[in-house]
Amino acid sequence: MTTAILKQPGTTAAKTPAARKPNRSFVHGILTNKKALTGMAVMFVFIALALLAPVLFPGDPSRITAMASMEPSAEHWLGTTAKGQDVLALTVHGSRSSLFVGLTVGFASTFIGILVGLASAYFGKFIDEALSLVTNVFLLLPGLPLLVILAAFLPPGLGTVILVLVVTGWAGSARVLRSQALSIRSKDFVAAAVVSGERAGRIMFREILPNMASIVMGTLLACVIYGIGAQAGLEFLGLGDASTVSWGNNLFWAGNEGALLTGSWWVFVPSGVCIALVAFALALINYAVDEVTNPRLRKIKTPKDTERSTSK
Amino acid sequence: MRFILRRLGFYLIAFWASITLNFLLPRFMPGDPVSRMFARSQDRMQPEQIEALRKLLGVDDRPLWEQYIGYMTNIFTGQMGVSISRFPTPVTEVISSQIGWTLLLGGTALVIAAVVGNLLGVLAAWRRGGAVDSALPPLLVFIGSFPYFWLAMGALYLFGVVLNWFPIRHAFTAGLQPGFTWEFIGDVGAHLVLPALTIVLVSIGGWMLGMRNTMIATNSEDYITMAEAKGLRPGRIMLRYAARNAMLPSVTSFGMGLGFVVGGALLTEVVFAYPGVGYQLLNAVQGLDYPLMQGLFLTITAAVLLANFLVDILYVRLDPRVRSN
Repeated sequence: MTTAILKQPGTTAAKTPAARKPNRSFVHGILTNKKALTGMAVMFVFIALALLAPVLFPGDPSRITAMASMEPSAEHWLGTTAKGQDVLALTVHGSRSSLFVGLTVGFASTFIGILVGLASAYFGKFIDEALSLVTNVFLLLPGLPLLVILAAFLPPGLGTVILVLVVTGWAGSARVLRSQALSIRSKDFVAAAVVSGERAGRIMFREILPNMASIVMGTLLACVIYGIGAQAGLEFLGLGDASTVSWGNNLFWAGNEGALLTGSWWVFVPSGVCIALVAFALALINYAVDEVTNPRLRKIKTPKDTERSTSK
Repeated sequence: MRFILRRLGFYLIAFWASITLNFLLPRFMPGDPVSRMFARSQDRMQPEQIEALRKLLGVDDRPLWEQYIGYMTNIFTGQMGVSISRFPTPVTEVISSQIGWTLLLGGTALVIAAVVGNLLGVLAAWRRGGAVDSALPPLLVFIGSFPYFWLAMGALYLFGVVLNWFPIRHAFTAGLQPGFTWEFIGDVGAHLVLPALTIVLVSIGGWMLGMRNTMIATNSEDYITMAEAKGLRPGRIMLRYAARNAMLPSVTSFGMGLGFVVGGALLTEVVFAYPGVGYQLLNAVQGLDYPLMQGLFLTITAAVLLANFLVDILYVRLDPRVRSN
C-alpha cells in the first residue's frame, strides 16, 4: 500500500516536466530545421519509389534482353547493362531490398543496443563489466573482415545478410546508449523509482528509455546508414544474396561485367548515387536531431563568437 | 601503468574472442561449408595435408575441447594450414607477402585523412560560420555517404579510364624490378594515388566534424578567454591552446579509425586489384579457401588490436589525468 502511494508522485512528478515538454519542442525543432526537412523529403521519395516499384516497372527487372550496353536514351532513361537490363528498373527495384535490409538491420541493432545499454546502466557492477567487455570487443574487431568471414561460412541468403549485419552493427549503438543511460540512471527520479520498489523492467523502459529518445533516434539512423552501406559492400564482394535485385548487387554485376573499363558509366553511377543520397538524407536528419537537442551546436551566435569574428 | 595493463588484458581477451570465433565458425555452421571445400579440392592435395586441414577446420572425431587446445597451439606456433586457392603455399606465407601493401595503402590514407581532416576541423571551429565551416562539412558528409568501393569505381573510371592520369590496376607496373630505386618508388607512388585518394575522401569528413565539435566545446573554456585577454596572437591560441586540448578524442578515434580504414582498404583494393590482404580475402572467398580466410581475419584483427594498444600508450603520454589515476 505504501509503495503504491509513494509511486504515484514519484513517477508523475518526474515524468511530466522531464519527458513531455522537451518532446514537444523537439518535434517543433525538427520540423523547422532545414536539414531535417531536406533529409525527410529525400527519404520520402525513396520509400515511395520502393513501394511503387512493381507498378512503375512491372515484370522482372533482371530479365536479359538483346539490347546490351546502350547509352541513356528516351526509351531507357538510364541506359542498359551488358546483359541488356534496364538500369532504371534495376535501380528502382534495388531500392526495395536495400531499404528493407537497411531498416531491418537498423531497428534490430538499435533494439539490441537498447537492451544491452539499459541493462548495463541499470544493473551496473558485474553485469555492466561483462556487457561492456563484450561490446568493446565487438567494437574493436574490424567490421568488414568479420562480416566477410561470417558471410562466407553461413549459407547464402537474405537472412544471413541481415543476421551478419546485426551481429557486427549492434555494438556501436550499445556503447552510445549505455553512456547516455548511465547519466540518466544517476538522476533523482530514477532513484525515487528504485526506492518506491518498481520493477527493473519498468524503470528501464518507462523511466529511463523515454528520457533518451533523441539519442535512440540518432543511433537508429546511424544503424540504418550502416546497414545500407555494409549490405552494399557485402554484395559488392559477391557475398550477398545474388538472387535479389539490390543496389549492392547492381554494383557487383557492374564490376563483374566490366562496366568501368568499357566506359558504361551509366551502369554503376545510379545505384551508388542512390546509396549516397539515402545515407546523406539520414545523416542530415541525424545532424538535425543533434542540433535540436544539443544547444552548443545550434546556429545561434553567442556574443563571444561575434566578438571574435569582428575582431579579425 | 595499471591503465596500460588493463588495456593489454582487454586486447588479449579481444584476440582470444576472435580466435575462438574462428574456431567455432567452421564447426557449427549449417550446410557444412568445409566439406564442400574438400569435395572441390581433394584431388589436388596430399593425404597428410588433407589430414592437417581437417584438424584445423574441425572435420575430425576428436572431442571438442581437444580440438580447441590443438587449434590454439597451432595458431600460436603460426601454423595456419596451407592456402587452397594458392596451393600449396602456406597461409602465413601468402599473408606476409601481401600485408605490406595494405599497410602502405591504409597507413598513407589514414595519416593524410587524419592530419588534413583535423586541421580543417580546427579551422572550421575557430571561424564558426566562415567559409570552411559552412561549405565543407555538408560537402564532406555527402562524399562520405558514398560507399567506399563506389567512389573507388568512380575515381578509377574518371582519372584512370577517361583522363588516363593514373594507373588503374595493381601496386606497380608488371615487369618492373622491385627495389629502392627512384623509378620503382615513383611507380608505386603513382599506383597508390587513386586507392589512397578514395579512402581519404570518404574518411576525412568524420575527422573534420569530430574535431570541429570538440573544438567548439574547447573554445568556450575559460583559459581561451584568458589567453585572448592576455593578447596572444590568434594563431597561437588556436593551435597551442584550443586545438591541443581538443586533440585527445581524435587520438582515440585514430585507433578506432584504423579498423575502419582496414575495412575500407579491403573494398578499395578489390576495385583496383591492389595486391593487399583485402584483395586476397576476396580471392579466398571466391575460391572457398577457408584456411586463408581465417588466417587473414586473424592477422587483420591482430594488427588492429596492436595499433590500438600503441594508441593507448601514446594516450598515457598525452593525457596526464590517465597517469595519475
